Amino acid sequence: MSWLHLLILSPFIYTILIPFLYKSFRRIHTGWFVLPLPLILFACLIKQVKIVAKGSVLSYVARWIPSLGIDFVVYLDGLSLMFGLIITGVGALVVLYSVFYLAKEREALHNFYVYLLLFMGAMLGLVFAENVLVLYLFWELTSISSFLLIAFWYQRKSSCYGAQKAFMITVAGGLAMLAGVLLLANITGTFSIQEMISQFSLIRNNPTFIAAMLLLLLGAFTKSAQFPFHIWLPDAMEAPTPISAYLHSATMVKAGIYLIARFTPIFGGSMLWFWLVTGVGLLTLFWASLVAIRQVDLKAMLAYSTVGQLGLIICLLGIGSAAFYYGTGVTEPLYTTAILAAIFHLVNHSTFKGCLFMVVGIIDHEAGTRDIRRLGGLLNIMPVTFTLAVIGGFAMAGLPPFNGFLSKEMFFTGVLNASQFGIFHLETWGKLIPVVAWIASIFTFVYCLIFVTRPFLGKHHPQKLEKITREAHLGMLISPALLASLVILFFFFPNDLAKYILYPTMAAILPGFTAIDSGLGPIRAWHGWTPELFMTLGVVTAGLVVYFAFRKWPRIIRLPSRFTWNALYDGILEKTEELSGRVTGSYMTGRLRDYLIYIFVGFIILTAGTMVINGSFAFDLTTNSPVLFYEFVLFFVVIGAAVLVLRGRTRLASVVALGVVGYLIAGFYVILRAPDLALTQIVVETVTTVLFLLCLYFLPRWNEEKPEGFRRFDFVIALGVGLTVTSLALAASGNNLFDSISWFYEQAYELAGAKNIVNAILVDFRGFDTMFEILVLCIGGLGVHTLIKLYLEGRKTK
Amino acid sequence: MKSNDVILQTVTRLMTFIILSFAVYLFMAGHHNPGGGFIGGMVFAAGIVLLLLAFDLKTVRAGFPLDFKFLAAGGVLLALGTGIASIFFGRQFLSHSFGTFHLPLFGETELATAVLFDVGVALAVLGTALSIIFDIREDISIWKH
Repeated sequence: MSWLHLLILSPFIYTILIPFLYKSFRRIHTGWFVLPLPLILFACLIKQVKIVAKGSVLSYVARWIPSLGIDFVVYLDGLSLMFGLIITGVGALVVLYSVFYLAKEREALHNFYVYLLLFMGAMLGLVFAENVLVLYLFWELTSISSFLLIAFWYQRKSSCYGAQKAFMITVAGGLAMLAGVLLLANITGTFSIQEMISQFSLIRNNPTFIAAMLLLLLGAFTKSAQFPFHIWLPDAMEAPTPISAYLHSATMVKAGIYLIARFTPIFGGSMLWFWLVTGVGLLTLFWASLVAIRQVDLKAMLAYSTVGQLGLIICLLGIGSAAFYYGTGVTEPLYTTAILAAIFHLVNHSTFKGCLFMVVGIIDHEAGTRDIRRLGGLLNIMPVTFTLAVIGGFAMAGLPPFNGFLSKEMFFTGVLNASQFGIFHLETWGKLIPVVAWIASIFTFVYCLIFVTRPFLGKHHPQKLEKITREAHLGMLISPALLASLVILFFFFPNDLAKYILYPTMAAILPGFTAIDSGLGPIRAWHGWTPELFMTLGVVTAGLVVYFAFRKWPRIIRLPSRFTWNALYDGILEKTEELSGRVTGSYMTGRLRDYLIYIFVGFIILTAGTMVINGSFAFDLTTNSPVLFYEFVLFFVVIGAAVLVLRGRTRLASVVALGVVGYLIAGFYVILRAPDLALTQIVVETVTTVLFLLCLYFLPRWNEEKPEGFRRFDFVIALGVGLTVTSLALAASGNNLFDSISWFYEQAYELAGAKNIVNAILVDFRGFDTMFEILVLCIGGLGVHTLIKLYLEGRKTK
Repeated sequence: MKSNDVILQTVTRLMTFIILSFAVYLFMAGHHNPGGGFIGGMVFAAGIVLLLLAFDLKTVRAGFPLDFKFLAAGGVLLALGTGIASIFFGRQFLSHSFGTFHLPLFGETELATAVLFDVGVALAVLGTALSIIFDIREDISIWKH
């Protein structure tokens, strides 16, 4: 356990305190208690920036399941540090914002902050994990906490729908990713990402290379809401706005980007990877910015814009992956600019999009709606919010003096470079990349403009709003204002950011990269009359034309609702449910007899089948101990009691006879000198018999059943079970397929300090089994409780 | 279901103490002799079942004003906690240790962390068994009316 492990686990540990803090201090907003944690974590990580900027990498190991090669290894390099800073930094701002956004009187704050911390820990674990299985574990945990957070207002149907959709899509992708990393682990024989990277040539020559790549990308694309899996993100906007700002724009949706960046050294340089990552990213950017301009809900507009911006970053990473075409990665600026642009835009996106989401939250909170058809003229009422919206919106549009301008220009450089690579058929198809990127940028510009102008300019219509609008509380403005100041700060000092954050991150993606001889010049706002600048000017001009013409346009781009991806998702969900309902209905008949038949037939087939395959019917009775007189007596009495169970005239008689069978079995244990078993058997038998007698109350009146004649099928099954068990018992001593392990348990006194071997096995040697057994017991008890309580409540309401 | 069996009630009053003490003994003995958490918890539950047979639900409830579900959950958590605690001592999950200590009154005594785990087992078994029995019993008393 190192400080980095503690850093990852601290949010999980802190969640335990939250419900108690919430209950004991109802008058203080729970968010105030949560706030220090991300701040401290952020400070811890900031301290590492200088160390990492010098090129060192920190790695710590905690043994977890060493027998399977799974260790909780954490790895701090530029890439994970950058993500860590975003997670904790934006996390702190979001917590501060939520204090003013969620009213302490109405909302279930303890749930909210427990989920939030759960997510924060999971996300930190995800980016710092060095072991692919640990990475997967945290990956799914982010999906789960995202599900909980989207469904925070679970009374709303749309929240539940959005949560389910997000969960289904991201978890399905996560499973694909698991398969992908397992394939990689199978090729390389290790679960460590760094060791995998060092064996990249082995992976590239393996036939499962393509499959592993596709599966891994499926995970990344679903998580980062790439086309056509983007449909979950707009529905996820049902979450409270701080959550949308945090999970669905700044952190969780970037996990897919993290995954792509992390595995670029392995897959980069292959043509399929280049075209898939670049193509899907570009298509997503294009599609999402086209859809975004049609949105009337501000949050939905931001959701689509997030999808598009993520596509932009992924597209850049795809272009940059060409650097690996020549072995371990060349570091010429021709290739590396794209990667730098991707990282730079990722950081910028976290700042301006976080700010914009908080602005929407403020509008929603103060005006009671996010519909741009009802909003207007808020400029005079909310001047501060408007300023923040302008900063965030123009940064997203790519205008100076905001950081988005710099990364947008670098984006253009990156896509222009792509056509000069001279590999992967880029000399022909590569021309298309800048064109599509440019058109998408126009639409990006348009929706940014809509976002900034529609709610704030024009005429204010108080009659369309449910409440009187005011400027937001100061506390709510702090977080977006801080982010907005970063937006401007990064514009003026991009090279400091590059030195401490961006270049170390590049070094983590490109193994040979160093900031000094990278050939990348300093990031400059003005770099002459370059094609990039003309592209930006073109975007602004064309964007303004589209913006003013757009109002007069009819809704041209509208697919019939039957052919949308959403309809496909809903259809698949519905059909799957129907199918599984039909399949389950066909064998779950509700008749106990049928279920017993399944169980017994399954038992016979599995057990007798195994015995036949292994040829285990060689009965060796020589080592058996002689059967004593008492045992004969017990044997016949047990058989007599068993017959009585079946032939009993009343239920009571049958239950008592069943108890007799149980006690007599205990008698066998006594004779065979197993006092622990005997004790357990007697006690369990007593309690179950009493329970059984109590339950007799509920059974309907006993009707003397007329014998239905001889049931041949039942007879065969009964005979089969009897024969199987008997031959199993006889074969047990004759087939020593494995060496005995009992010698280990005989050392109970030396190993566990216990003279009672049975108990030493239960609590020490096989403690894991026992733990799960009591867990199952506990769950069973809860099940009984729920059944009875539900039934009783049902009766009461009648 | 109010029972008026005087003989049963009288015997139960006496027997319950013996059974419950025996349960505690079985639990404590488990480390070196037959017994242990599971058996101890089960015998304890059996003792309370006897009380339930002899007296009505209300009386027994008053004697054990506990929510047994929490008892069961607490047991599982305790067992889990002993497992996790070993991680903090740099050992693997669920590894136990033991040693002999000199305690006042008891003299040389062997103490083992496995016993803590066993307490969890006993509580889980006891809690689950009683929770089920009380639930069914309660159900019957409502059913009757």
